[in-house]
Amino acid sequence: MRLVVIGLLAGFFGALFGVGGGIVVVPLLILLARYDERPAMATSLAAIGLIALVGAVTYGFHGELKAGAAAVVGIPAAFGAVGGTWLQQRLTSRTLSLAFAALLAAIAVWLLI
Amino acid sequence: MGALLLAGVLGLAAGVLAGLFGVGGGILFVPTLTLVLGLTQIHAEASSLLAILPTAAAGAWRQRRYGNARWRPALVLGLAAVAGVEAGVQIAEALPEHALRRLFGVLMLGVAAQLAWRTLRKPPYPS
Repeated sequence: MRLVVIGLLAGFFGALFGVGGGIVVVPLLILLARYDERPAMATSLAAIGLIALVGAVTYGFHGELKAGAAAVVGIPAAFGAVGGTWLQQRLTSRTLSLAFAALLAAIAVWLLI
Repeated sequence: MGALLLAGVLGLAAGVLAGLFGVGGGILFVPTLTLVLGLTQIHAEASSLLAILPTAAAGAWRQRRYGNARWRPALVLGLAAVAGVEAGVQIAEALPEHALRRLFGVLMLGVAAQLAWRTLRKPPYPS
């Protein structure tokens, strides 16, 4: 049930601001569903894949996808994601949590100014 | 050529963030697509979702090897989020965007503070 609420909130805010659901899913999984940092982040990433798939198909029907541009950023990003998950396994939960809180605060400031 | 290279480097950085923190990377994809590759906002947001697919797939594949991903919760989250998107779109059209940005910004600051507080309060044992 908590997962449904977290998912609804993620989709809701993601649609409002174009900030991916992960910004919402990760802290809520940690704070509300009592996940540890790494499982929260891994589960969030898998959920985002599903959300993006549905979203991309929807936009695809409207003809708004630029596949070439998406590949230019998305293919290097796939390699980056492998590096990022590798790095994640080598940091403590505490470091991950504090770094993620800093990222959230930075995004909040960017939204407020 | 320079723009393509820059976009690729920013894409790589977005992927590292995505893998490290479990976010999609859209926060960097969208500005890269608009400012570096010259897409319109709507095309950038749509194409960002397409770029998230290989990113999330690669990250989730590695996380499966590391044993961190929980698949059923991910499925529930993903399906609920798809429903939430519909509500978000309705509200976004009904309310002024400026007020929404502020509200979300304040909420995010609160969440960041709570996360940091919770972490700092715990004894610093290695995990």
